[in-house]
Amino acid sequence: MYISHSSLSLLPSAPAIQIRFILIQNRAGKTRLAKWYMQFDDDEKQKLIEEVHAVVTVRDAKHTNFVEVRQKDLLDAMSFRNFKIIYRRYAGLYFCICVDVTDNNLAYLEGIHNFVEVLNEYFHNVCELDLVFNFYKVYTVVDEMFLAGEIRETSQTKVLKQLLMLQSLE
Amino acid sequence: MPAVSKGDGMRGLAVFISDIRNCKSKEAEIKRINKELANIRSKFKGDKALDGYSKKKYVCKLLFIFLLGHDIDFGHMEAVNLLSSNKYTEKQIGYLFISVLVNSNSELIRLINNAIKNDLSSRNPTFMCLALHCIANVGSREMAEAFAGEIPRILVAGDTMDSVKQSAALCLLRLYKASPDLVLMGEWTSRVVHLLNDQHMGVVTAAISLITCLSSKNPDEFKTCVSLAVSRLSRIVSSASTDLQDYTYYFVPAPWLSCKLLRLLQCYPPPEDGAVKGRLVECLETILNKAQEPPKSKKVQHSNAKNAILFEAISLIIHYDSEPNLLVRACNQLGQFLQHRETNLRYLALESMCTLASSEFSHEAVKTHIETVINALKTERDVSVRQRAADLLYAMCDRSNAKQIVAEMLSYLETADYSIREEMVLKVAILAEKYAVDYSWYVDTILNLIRIAGDYVSEEVWYRVIQIVINRDDVQGYAAKTVFEALQAPACHENMVKVGGYILGEFGNLIAGDPRSSPLVQFNLLHSKFHLCSVPTRALLLSAYIKFINLFPETKATIQEVLRSDSQIRNSDVELQQRAVEYLKLSSIASTDVLATVLEEMPPFPERESSILAKLKKKKGPGAVTVELEDGKERGELNGGGDRGGDAAIAASNASTPSPSADLLGLRSTAPVSGTTPSAGSLLVDVFSEAGPSATSAGVNDDGFLSALHAPEASDSPLVEGPGDSDSAPPTVASEDPAPPLPESDELLNKFVCKNNGVLFENQLLQIGIKSEYRQNLGRMYLFYGNKTSVQFVSFNTTVSCPGELQSQLNVQTKTVEPLVEGGAQVQQVINIECLTDFIDAPLLNIKFRYGGALQNISLKLPVTINKFFQPTEMAAADFFQRWKQLSQPQQEAQKIFKASHGMDTEVLKAKLLGLGTALLENVDPNPENYVCAGVIQTKAQQVGCLLRLEPNAQAQPGEQMYRLTLRSSKDTVSQRVCDLLAEQF
Repeated sequence: MYISHSSLSLLPSAPAIQIRFILIQNRAGKTRLAKWYMQFDDDEKQKLIEEVHAVVTVRDAKHTNFVEVRQKDLLDAMSFRNFKIIYRRYAGLYFCICVDVTDNNLAYLEGIHNFVEVLNEYFHNVCELDLVFNFYKVYTVVDEMFLAGEIRETSQTKVLKQLLMLQSLE
Repeated sequence: MPAVSKGDGMRGLAVFISDIRNCKSKEAEIKRINKELANIRSKFKGDKALDGYSKKKYVCKLLFIFLLGHDIDFGHMEAVNLLSSNKYTEKQIGYLFISVLVNSNSELIRLINNAIKNDLSSRNPTFMCLALHCIANVGSREMAEAFAGEIPRILVAGDTMDSVKQSAALCLLRLYKASPDLVLMGEWTSRVVHLLNDQHMGVVTAAISLITCLSSKNPDEFKTCVSLAVSRLSRIVSSASTDLQDYTYYFVPAPWLSCKLLRLLQCYPPPEDGAVKGRLVECLETILNKAQEPPKSKKVQHSNAKNAILFEAISLIIHYDSEPNLLVRACNQLGQFLQHRETNLRYLALESMCTLASSEFSHEAVKTHIETVINALKTERDVSVRQRAADLLYAMCDRSNAKQIVAEMLSYLETADYSIREEMVLKVAILAEKYAVDYSWYVDTILNLIRIAGDYVSEEVWYRVIQIVINRDDVQGYAAKTVFEALQAPACHENMVKVGGYILGEFGNLIAGDPRSSPLVQFNLLHSKFHLCSVPTRALLLSAYIKFINLFPETKATIQEVLRSDSQIRNSDVELQQRAVEYLKLSSIASTDVLATVLEEMPPFPERESSILAKLKKKKGPGAVTVELEDGKERGELNGGGDRGGDAAIAASNASTPSPSADLLGLRSTAPVSGTTPSAGSLLVDVFSEAGPSATSAGVNDDGFLSALHAPEASDSPLVEGPGDSDSAPPTVASEDPAPPLPESDELLNKFVCKNNGVLFENQLLQIGIKSEYRQNLGRMYLFYGNKTSVQFVSFNTTVSCPGELQSQLNVQTKTVEPLVEGGAQVQQVINIECLTDFIDAPLLNIKFRYGGALQNISLKLPVTINKFFQPTEMAAADFFQRWKQLSQPQQEAQKIFKASHGMDTEVLKAKLLGLGTALLENVDPNPENYVCAGVIQTKAQQVGCLLRLEPNAQAQPGEQMYRLTLRSSKDTVSQRVCDLLAEQF
């Protein structure tokens, strides 16, 4: 998968941003959530969305849950410009998290699952439509668990308690 | 637990979303959206003030429309209005809209910042979190300017709620990443580090990300985090699976926090404190032990969480690379995973083992898994796993197993996935070269490579085989024979024809004795391929033909006939036609002697880095690099090149280029410099005579005499003795201390970072000009003191001193000047400088004289900066990338992001970078707007290789233009100092 970027924030020696983006897509490639943790312009975002879809949907259960993304840009030889997509499929939805190539694959893979379990509890057996109709609440769930590209809170109990409290507010 | 039904709360929104979902076509959707936009616009413009609920609903609809991919050009003001609502749901939608649709409208930013400020000071934790999340999501410079001071306070305040602390920590992290110059941790450092002790695990989880980032940038300031992290980790690792309650995930205590703690420790070397280290080793052992225990759950979540910690622990063990016992245990653990049924684990084990292979302690242990890895290469379904296997084989390859590994990789190549073929080819070529004991094996391997995967054999590969054959006369005959045989194949790859043409043209004579490969047979064989080849190959073959005429006069008539044919001499391709014409003419008119000279065997290629290696490094990201570092060291064996290992890699390569004599300036010789005479000094004189011919050369001579006369005084330490008081100065002056440096002296210093000549200082009385010249670690500076008045200066005296530790870093010698400066006259002073080791401060120059009776006392900083001792180093892109990687420890890097104070004119930038003393490397950075430079700082104690990268964002509006400057060097103080100096230049 080759992507080229121009924005300053992607340059290699910037302090590494752990999570570059979180994407939830369905099998048809419709985006159900896109959360960006670094500056991309709209074209770049669209391109990333399409390419993530193209690479994850062709993989099956025998494949790993990780896809390395190599940029055409030669700078990747110079530094840690490469990144990878860690993804997991739940029914018709792909939950994808894009992180630095040196990041801990399994930790983020379970980070996805932890997030999905919270969504499942919050929306009571979450389904794709919940994410569509409550898109603005999904952002709140994300912000409780991931912030500034980092893991913010991992305790499902704590997150759900907080969400319940917010739900009760007007 | 809450159950949220479809779109509760905002019915209108739910209806709208349903409508959109029911649209049968894109056109219908657009129509529906336009209708809605018109509706919302009219509501917003209407006379009736909207209530909070409606505003929220419409803003939310706009957001939905935007997320569908449509442009939104209004509604921002309404969203901003929502921020000041005191209802959570309204505020939340407002903040969400702002976070997703950041708008640079400055008027709005002011309003947004205002709302954020109110929420931050509201003491309502929910509102504070919303505001912090908005800052963290937007992270703009304006926000950093407004809040970077406030957030640390919130973070460490005793009465801040835990959830707010979590958000504040990560918010600060975002601002630090975006605008590091605005986030000043200073006074907060210790309290932030102590968040590692916080009793709320969520706070620790969030804070540790901040601490890790800050530590990687300022390891010294944060080093107390090591012992805190170790004790925290120890408590988690030794806890029972239920101890941590909320933070236990599938029976694994705090997996994410454990990983983060282990990662933080990777910013530092192993703890020096024995107790801390002991505790850490215990933790690592416990983690390795747990991997062997039976799982507490069959769920994959359990094993993933457990293994996430295990892999992170192994990373730390590899990072330390100092505990043989742990390294071997790690390797054994990974060995088990190599055969695990989970593809993820096999993949990660292969990946992790790759780094273990480069440790001397575990290299052998890794090698024991060779069969499993070869099997993975052959049988894995997922190409990315096969690729990892290939990487690992490459990494574990050494002299003992090279033949096996190369053979396996070659056989895999026949069926390899197209996406990895080229890289495989490069790897095989490198291993074959690196571990070739006999070169016939090497030649066989490369020719096989061309045979099997000719399309993927890049030019670098066949160039390299030719370089090696040319340089090794023991393999030339074999190469000629083998290539001759390979060319017998009816369909052979064009790359084979290229290699064949070149080698037979050079060494065909070595096999010509055999009638089966007589000159004419060789020629006919090559020529039989001619018409199937592309123009460049044909051109190469024509050159081979003319070489044949020289090697084998008996082929002359045949070859001349070929050259003379219309298809050659009238070829429509200019290059081919020209070669045919010229070669034909050459063969007809030149004598045998001339022919033999012109067409002599190619001289050996200068030894250089393998062209293949360079190519691989370009292709491949970090994964490949660990092994390549080894290559650098081992290459010497094969090519007879110099040993390029060790930390002075840059210096060594620099040394191979001719450099001027170290003693050029004659500073080390005992005799005082006699400017005009010896050959060594003449270059210098030339340099200066260009600038100011007569005065300078005369001055040099004068100084020679003067220094001989005054040598003892010159070496007096000016700091101890009052300047000039042992000399001719009148007693009244003796008590005067040197004035403190002028306030502007730092600025003056900065003016000379990138240039050596100019006016250092000027007031109504005095002008000081400066010329300087540096070679290696030596420098000479000429100071010209000009009396601008018509009255003479008396008791004119200057001293140069090195304050503090500079004394041991620089050796500065001055020669005294005449105490009398006539009105309108100029006197000159020579200062010799020797750089002993790297330094930060600048020497101080104090000038005292009496003008009309009044004592003038001026102190300045002499513009001697560390960069003056740069030797530029030219290097190829691949070299640069490799060195850059080698200098990847956090403390080796210094970075600054700063606003451009001048325009971004390319030529000016280049001139400044050259003035810095480094070599400006072209065609290295793939982004042509960036600049990369390399140089070696020469000090007496050591040479410090330095790499530099400057990235302008030239497209930005004037005023917004920024640079990012990154320095990497083998010495942290040097990186920092050069970075600081250079950052002031743009």
